[in-house]
Amino acid sequence: MYRPTRRSLLFGTLSAATLADVAMAQEHAQRAASTNAAFRYLKAADAAEIEAIASQILPSDGTPGAREAGCIHFIDRALESFDKDKRGVYTKGLAEMQRKRSELFPESRTIAGLEQAQAIALFTALQETEFFKLVRTHTVMGFLATPDWGGNQGNVGWAHIGLEHKMIHQPPFGYYAGEAK
Amino acid sequence: MIRYKPSEVVDFVVIGSGAAGGVVAKELSTAGFSVVVLEQGAYVKEKDFKHDEFGVAYQHAIANDPKVQPSTYRTNASETAKVEQRYDYGRLVGGGSVHFTANYWRFHPDDFRERSVFGDVPGSSFADWPVTYDELEPYYTKAEWELGISGLAGANPFEGPRSKPYPLPPLPVKSSGVLFERGTKKLGLHPFPSPMAILSQPYQGRGACTHCGFCEMFGCEMRAKSSTLASVIPMAEKTGKCEIRSGCYVRRIQSSDAGRVTGAVYFDSQRREVFQRARAVVLSANGVESAKLLLMSGSKRFPHGLANGSGMVGRNFMWDLGSFASDLFDHPLDEYKGVQVSRLIHDYYAADPKRGFYGGAGIDARFDWQPISFGLDGLPPDAPKWGSEYKRMLGKYFTHTFSALAHATSLPVESNVLDLDPTVKDDWGLPVPRITYQPHPDDMKNLVWIQRRQVEILEAAGATRVWKYPVEDIGVSRHLMGTMRMGNDPARSVVDRFNRAHDVPNLFVVDGSSFVTSARQQPTATIQALAYRAAEAAGVAARRGEL
Ligand SMILES: Cc1cc2nc3c(=O)[nH]c(=O)nc-3n(C[C@H](O)[C@H](O)[C@H](O)COP(=O)(O)OP(=O)(O)OC[C@H]3O[C@@H](n4cnc5c(N)ncnc54)[C@H](O)[C@@H]3O)c2cc1C
Ligand code: SF4
Repeated sequence: MYRPTRRSLLFGTLSAATLADVAMAQEHAQRAASTNAAFRYLKAADAAEIEAIASQILPSDGTPGAREAGCIHFIDRALESFDKDKRGVYTKGLAEMQRKRSELFPESRTIAGLEQAQAIALFTALQETEFFKLVRTHTVMGFLATPDWGGNQGNVGWAHIGLEHKMIHQPPFGYYAGEAK
Repeated sequence: MIRYKPSEVVDFVVIGSGAAGGVVAKELSTAGFSVVVLEQGAYVKEKDFKHDEFGVAYQHAIANDPKVQPSTYRTNASETAKVEQRYDYGRLVGGGSVHFTANYWRFHPDDFRERSVFGDVPGSSFADWPVTYDELEPYYTKAEWELGISGLAGANPFEGPRSKPYPLPPLPVKSSGVLFERGTKKLGLHPFPSPMAILSQPYQGRGACTHCGFCEMFGCEMRAKSSTLASVIPMAEKTGKCEIRSGCYVRRIQSSDAGRVTGAVYFDSQRREVFQRARAVVLSANGVESAKLLLMSGSKRFPHGLANGSGMVGRNFMWDLGSFASDLFDHPLDEYKGVQVSRLIHDYYAADPKRGFYGGAGIDARFDWQPISFGLDGLPPDAPKWGSEYKRMLGKYFTHTFSALAHATSLPVESNVLDLDPTVKDDWGLPVPRITYQPHPDDMKNLVWIQRRQVEILEAAGATRVWKYPVEDIGVSRHLMGTMRMGNDPARSVVDRFNRAHDVPNLFVVDGSSFVTSARQQPTATIQALAYRAAEAAGVAARRGEL
């Protein structure tokens, strides 16, 4: 049936990993357990630009966002392993975004160097592109997957949505179940 | 665990160890027969299950993986099918019973005779079952007590008679359940606690559910979900008569010129071809894979596929149809804790000619999300997709949202077919399933109608906002029903009323494929009741020397 949980599988851009990919990604995640770990696939300059995009998708506006969660490490691992066939989308998409940036803001040099309002204007112009949608998908996944995949470092993504990760929860669950008792 | 040699002729080979195969293996081995279960997936133990949504939901850690086993889809026979994953099942020992949501609904008595009760539906092959509820009732009870089902007997006023209550009380109500009760009662409806294949209390040496919340799509580390992996498969192994052989992908059921099956050919985990001999074969590979296998097992004697003299193998594929609506409440619901569902209604279950179409549904209150899926698609359609406001809404809605899900009718239609794709091959070089499916027009009318009822309920429950998901988008099917319907007429059906192939006396097909109609989804209780019954019949036939 129409199950939203499967929507991103059907219509998303994500490709399937092999078991070796998964193992590789997780091994790297362990090493990347800090937000300033080295990148495995991305060049530092591109990583900074992509992180600038990710941090407008989930901004660090008073509470941790994509930057603190280390979403860029999830993306790095994705492109190195299970989503390596999506490298072209990143390369082409980033180049297109740079063109659009210099067209809209001729004074600017990088995406990361844009003012907040400029960045929002740029991404709004490109939000329907395959590239932006893929960065969004990866950023959200990185923020909310287990830290084993490189993002959600220190469980900041789960903390943001109010998920307390435990093997055992005690009822009552939520306000209304408590009210019922 | 006992190991048989492939050259040894065992009493039964069971293909697939899922909801049905696990039950059949246990029943036959405890009855003293030698059994080899061939399962393509891995033998994953409870300690190896992980709360890893990305791995489980997006990388298919324990489900069919389209990268190695693709399938194709089209809406009608004039199109060329495209590679597209449109069905989902558990691919490991225990099959779909390991990762299912565990809603465990008995069908209603009328589900088995609905064609007589409602009448014909033009454009469909709507028919009565060759089995009645009363015949199946003892097997529903057996399944509930042996597997471990939690629920409250008598709480559903629309349910058929039962000979015994549930062995375990219902699981604790969730906030969604309390609100759903509030809304449905205001509308004069009859909410009741969801019957779940999950232990609310310790049972038969297994522990109770600890409400970890990573339940739908996940295996249970606590052995509290009553999968065949946790319940009957250990019983089968304990007999010393049953071997669970995992990593074995069956590619053909072998048959003799005399028209009897002689065993199964499979690829082992090193992709070597092995032939396991057997006196009889039970095919339990599910509503899609079983039909595929019969179509791949043709011979001179069976030119259109094994047991397909009727030409009905693959026909009448039914989909997991449903509609979805979500809501927002003022106070935290924390729905991510606990099992997915705690309350539902069957008030709209019966079809009513006054509505102007055939159809009905059960509606439950649930949280059908995990963190990533919610982050990607959980917010209302008009919500921003990124930026500060997106982030703020994500932070609030994840704990303040639940959904109403309607499980709706899918009519059998002969042109909805499962067959072999003419060009696409899987990683082993074998043909892949091609699905041709389009909902019957009444199914679509029913979905639109039932979604209005869902919205009414959520509004009556006091939601501050309610949003709907498009019903035209039928997504991925997880309830694989039809393709080898049971019936009394060998010209119009594939198996008889005991799941025995009309054309092949020592072949049984026991899984979702034998369903004549879809009732209101949640097929697993009925699959397992039929499995207990078919295993008994197979045992009787074997003892009589018929196999
Ligand atoms: C996420 C999810 C949630 C669900 N929730 C519910 C629910 O709440 N309630 C409900 O009633 N149902 C639910 N279902 C459906 C339920 O899982 C199925 O109805 C049930 O498992 C079907 O049983 P089966 O025995 O017919 O097949 P399966 O359980 O699918 O078992 C078939 C087995 O055969 C194996 N196999 C297939 N082909 C081969 C081959 N060629 N060689 C060797 N082995 C093979 C498979 O790997 C699998 O293990 C859900 C399904 C999913 C995916
Ligand atoms: S919610 Fe309960 S049954 Fe489900 S996986 Fe967690 S402990 Fe197991």
